Amino acid sequence: MGSQTNLAPRSTKTAYLRQLGALLWKDLLIELRSRDAVAAMMVFGVLTLTVFNFAFELRTDSVSLVAPGVLWVAILFAGTLGLGRTFSHERERGSMEGLLLCPADHGTIFVAKFIANLTFIGAAEVVILPIYNSFFDVPVLRPEVVGVIILATIGFAAVGTIFGAMAVNTRAKEVMLPVLLLPIVTPLIIGAVRATGILIDGEPLSEAWTWIKLLIAVDVVYLIVSFLMFEFALEDWG
Amino acid sequence: MSTVSPTALSKHRMKRFHISWGDLFALATFTLLAISLGMGLLYAPTELIQGEPQRIFYVHLPMAIASYIAFLLVAGCGAIYLWKRNPAYDVVARSAAELGFFFLTLVIISGGLWGQATWGTFWQWEPRLTFTFVLWLIFVAYIMLRHASQDRHQAARFGAILGIIGFADVPLIFASVYIWRGIHPEPATMPQEMFITFLLATLAFISLFAYLLVLRVRWDKTRERIDELRTILEEQT
Repeated sequence: MGSQTNLAPRSTKTAYLRQLGALLWKDLLIELRSRDAVAAMMVFGVLTLTVFNFAFELRTDSVSLVAPGVLWVAILFAGTLGLGRTFSHERERGSMEGLLLCPADHGTIFVAKFIANLTFIGAAEVVILPIYNSFFDVPVLRPEVVGVIILATIGFAAVGTIFGAMAVNTRAKEVMLPVLLLPIVTPLIIGAVRATGILIDGEPLSEAWTWIKLLIAVDVVYLIVSFLMFEFALEDWG
Repeated sequence: MSTVSPTALSKHRMKRFHISWGDLFALATFTLLAISLGMGLLYAPTELIQGEPQRIFYVHLPMAIASYIAFLLVAGCGAIYLWKRNPAYDVVARSAAELGFFFLTLVIISGGLWGQATWGTFWQWEPRLTFTFVLWLIFVAYIMLRHASQDRHQAARFGAILGIIGFADVPLIFASVYIWRGIHPEPATMPQEMFITFLLATLAFISLFAYLLVLRVRWDKTRERIDELRTILEEQT
């Protein structure tokens, strides 16, 4: 009777998770084989840190004043560079039509792409953070700072996923992404820079709580709106 | 071959002297603008601390309010467009965005001049300014996105998506810049003369915005009609 159990309808929840897993694994595997996006993000992030190191060493006495800003500019710029990739390779290979034909709804595709983007930016951060820690001698490898970085990255990846899908279909392609993304993520930049700054200065978590609440609100709003709007962003491929 | 009949011609001539509702609206708008500007310069009392430069307020804030209405229209008409797919809503959204950008640019310039006179600097990263500037950047992104779109349908759809995401983002931008810089206490009371002038100026600028919006939408329709006629002509020749 073993074959019959295989044919029995699975619960929708398991089916959803299987679809999600398959879609996500596809993106992760492509990235593992090509290493396009993550490698570029890592190198770009480290280069940004180096440029800032030269730029500020001459002018500021206290590195801790500019340190949170430097970190977030490096993460945002490197992240923006990588966010365009997950959809541009679908476009280059014409594989998006196939993806839309598979029996998963657009919401599932969004969640898969979002988790993939989150993983890629996270991977780049894993390299950027220790280097930043030693270059600027700023203690960021602490759970509360890492928590803030994860919170901000979630919101960034959420809007980045939908704007990435849109930008790749415009005539301006990747150039369009930062123009769309950076004004929208203003609250996220302000919240992340302030929260990181407070925690780097060694103040207790309660001091940064206002900013952490803002980041949570940003994450919730960005995730909901991007999820709902994603369907419309995919119509060019439909 | 069709010829224009003399009656149609005389009707056309008559039409030239016909005053439409649009003309009346324009007349009312410009009268209101003239009155409110006159009141701002002559009737409203001089502010005690800031002096004469404070009079910029009577064009600055009304224009800001008009551009916030534009932002609301971009998001609202965008949402209706995504739902109904009626291009008319997109025309309104697109026109409102262009006008919003225009008004907001003037808001920033007039605010800068006011700041130059009272703070001694054109720009400060103060919450209201930062908020307005971020909105301006979103309008810029909206216009650039539409220009970079492949076709009219994509431009409408992408514009609507950005308009809605931007609109959902507005409370967050507002909250973030205010907590970032600390809440500035606002003068709670305004003398009645100032308030009346401000109210009239706001009404004047909102009706100017509405009038320009109608013109812009009409222009868009005319352009579409010309495109249609041109295609027909090209097919015939």
